[in-house]
Amino acid sequence: MTTIDDRAPGSYADLAEGDRVAGQLYTDPAIFDEEMEKIFYRTWVWVAHESEIPDAGSFKTTYVGRQPVIVTRDRRGTINTMLNRCRHRGATVCDQSKGKANGFTCPYHNWSYALDGKLRGIPYPEGYEGVVEKADFPLQKLRTESFMGMVWATFNQDAEPLEDFLGDAKTWIERFFKQTNGYPAKVTGIHKFRFRGNWKIQLENTTDGYHFPMVHKSWMASVDAETADMMSFMNDDTAVSHDLGNGHSVMIMAPGNADLDIDDGAPLQERFSDLVKELEDSGEYTTEQIRRLIRSMHGSGFNLNTFPNVSFSLSFFRVLIPISVDETEIWHMALGMDGGPESLNRERLRIHEHFQGPFGFGSPDDAEGWERVQLGAAADPQMPILVNRGLNRETTSEEGWPTSHCTDETGMRGAYAMWKRMMSDD
Amino acid sequence: MTELTEMTETTLTDPTVVRAIQLVWREAKLLDDKAYEVWQDLYADDGVYVIPIDPDTEDFASSLNMVYDDKRLRGMRVERMIQGYAPSAVAAARTVRTISRFQVEAASATEVTLTSAQVLVAYKRGRTDVLGAELTHTVRLSDDGDRIALKVVRLLNSEEAVTASGYLL
Repeated sequence: MTTIDDRAPGSYADLAEGDRVAGQLYTDPAIFDEEMEKIFYRTWVWVAHESEIPDAGSFKTTYVGRQPVIVTRDRRGTINTMLNRCRHRGATVCDQSKGKANGFTCPYHNWSYALDGKLRGIPYPEGYEGVVEKADFPLQKLRTESFMGMVWATFNQDAEPLEDFLGDAKTWIERFFKQTNGYPAKVTGIHKFRFRGNWKIQLENTTDGYHFPMVHKSWMASVDAETADMMSFMNDDTAVSHDLGNGHSVMIMAPGNADLDIDDGAPLQERFSDLVKELEDSGEYTTEQIRRLIRSMHGSGFNLNTFPNVSFSLSFFRVLIPISVDETEIWHMALGMDGGPESLNRERLRIHEHFQGPFGFGSPDDAEGWERVQLGAAADPQMPILVNRGLNRETTSEEGWPTSHCTDETGMRGAYAMWKRMMSDD
Repeated sequence: MTELTEMTETTLTDPTVVRAIQLVWREAKLLDDKAYEVWQDLYADDGVYVIPIDPDTEDFASSLNMVYDDKRLRGMRVERMIQGYAPSAVAAARTVRTISRFQVEAASATEVTLTSAQVLVAYKRGRTDVLGAELTHTVRLSDDGDRIALKVVRLLNSEEAVTASGYLL
């Protein structure tokens, strides 16, 4: 067994061994630094949903790894991801989390940039004649590609096309968006919080069905019997997890909702009876449409985890932003139907509030568990973290996906296989 | 400025306003003591307790909030906080909060609306966090006991990351 001291940068990949990883992966700042270089600055990192930047001039700011970026929609409708850093002396050129603008002006010496990053103006330009050509100093751009309204960016000009990277996850992204019933999806609000723990602890959690009945016992006790029953997958053999490749995985908790185009015939939940009546009374929807709308209220029935930073969780997006080796920011982004029945969008907000966010009935309990992992993992950093649950019952699905029960750690093994692959690359 | 100060001072001595302020301070003490079962009885049956995200909205129903509780949800929240199943509530931060800088927005013989500033200090596992907020309380006065009809907590950082620490604001 090696010790921490004699492990050099570039050899961390060995710390992940298929069904176990060293606790050091959560606690070693040198590993975190290398993850930024080899994972977050090399692969596709999710940055936005198109509904967040709906119009020409719309923008949002976020991070790729630890680097601040602006995501814009320019006059031609093109989505750009650019470093939020003036080319002159390095100040951020945008200080708002979202908004609409004609461009961005650095607060320091007022260099100004267009929505596509072109350097438009330099005050008092005499001092730059023959020194600076504006065309040479645009905001630095990342490669940006979209799939079904989800926008990813990468520093890596040689990265494979986004759709190849997503691979088999694409099928599940398509299934996820069936919950908007033909209306465009829109982000309707964001809960943000931080926990004192490594980003991979959250990455694992998205396909960890095992913790649910324990950690979320208080949420289960607070919801109606039908919702509790929907999330009672512990003894449901059809509730499975698949390792989809490239670090992506899916955990199906409510199999009857996994493909909303297929009606499982289950009765509509009693809690939505007022909404059903409202939709019926409006006269705008057929019985079949109402059934479909109501069946979609809890979302897709599964958590799709795409490596490394975004998941499509039941009815919302979960985004993780690594802050440091032992701190991570989480965004839970609520979704609605753009143009769909507003009463349903409002009810979706209430469902989201009930579980998510810093005062929800679920998220704080997750965060408590994760912080305890971070504290405990400091004890003997080489002692393995086990992700071997369900190895004894893992099979291969007809699609070729490693598959086991949704409380098993199949998805985590897939994510760590990708981690190992990327950390092995020179 | 002088006019405003005089108005505020005069109003703050009004007996109905004093009753409302006493209720706000009583609520603060109960929350710091985590006496949630007693706390929920301070609310009117139709009382609303909300921690919005959008700093400007008054339309809480159409927005995503951190907390948006009617009586039913408040009761479930209290149950969750005391039943012992929720790891975050079991390991909740200790808190002290100071509420001051009261301003009277509206006052009648039966109802007072106050705004105030809250500074909450939370301690857990060696870390101290500070959360600042603007509060709005609408207090309904009655011989049967004064009750909170609306409480709005507008955190200074509501749109950014708010740490989850197992207590209520």
